[in-house]
Amino acid sequence: MPGATEISRDLKPFKIGIVPCNGEEICAGSVTRFACRKVLDELRKGKTVTICLPLFIAGDKGEQQFASRFPTITVDGCDKRCSAISTERLSGKPSYSIVVTDLLKDKGLTLSESPRVLSETDKQAVDIIAEEIAKKVDELLGEAGDA
Amino acid sequence: MDKELIVIPCSGIGKPYGEISRQAVYELLEDIRPEQVETVCLGRLMIRDPEVLEKLQNGFVITVDGCAKDCALKNVEATGKKVDKAVRTLEVFKEHRDLKPEGVLNLGEAGYTLAHYLAEKLSGEVECLAKEE
Repeated sequence: MPGATEISRDLKPFKIGIVPCNGEEICAGSVTRFACRKVLDELRKGKTVTICLPLFIAGDKGEQQFASRFPTITVDGCDKRCSAISTERLSGKPSYSIVVTDLLKDKGLTLSESPRVLSETDKQAVDIIAEEIAKKVDELLGEAGDA
Repeated sequence: MDKELIVIPCSGIGKPYGEISRQAVYELLEDIRPEQVETVCLGRLMIRDPEVLEKLQNGFVITVDGCAKDCALKNVEATGKKVDKAVRTLEVFKEHRDLKPEGVLNLGEAGYTLAHYLAEKLSGEVECLAKEE
């Protein structure tokens, strides 16, 4: 249309929401947090946002709307899957759900007992989980690019 | 103290104050008041885990929130449990403005010092509740 301003679709960069569980009781919960922050701050900086699960559940509209409009990856420390269940209830099914203990079992890695201070093995687990999340982010961004 | 005392941090992941709330609770649990205080995953409240709900109903609950959104407090009260004491990390930060945490999760010395002050404040709250019982 002559004279019309074309609005670039690039104005809204495509991002992936990562929703970690809280996991205060277990080491896997702390591993979840560190892995998610590693993706956000280092591995896929600018392509991801973290969604604060308690804020999400407390009714924050911004967090809920983001999660309903953009793809999400939930990361749970254990098979109770609090993050995946809560996200699905409030904003729709997550694109991927990662359970840390399941993934580490497949890799033959055993975490320490402490959620307070991460051991060297726990830090190794953080790297493994972060790489897995980053891989899923790439898959989702690839799918978006293909659309 | 007959009733269980449960302290629940928000563990927010966007700013250091969430991690400070978490580290303060760990210090309280492990170093200051072991065997007197426990915590539960906030996420388990969100999925209404029956074991956690029963524990909350029968115990004292203190929430520790990293910001004014009070997510831990709101999530506990959404289960129908009235919180016995709600504490904010910022209350301690205001008294020690010189202490700036380094990162969101890697708090650095200043951040861990803030967590320590917060743990001491929580310990005082535990003592008050124990006297009330």
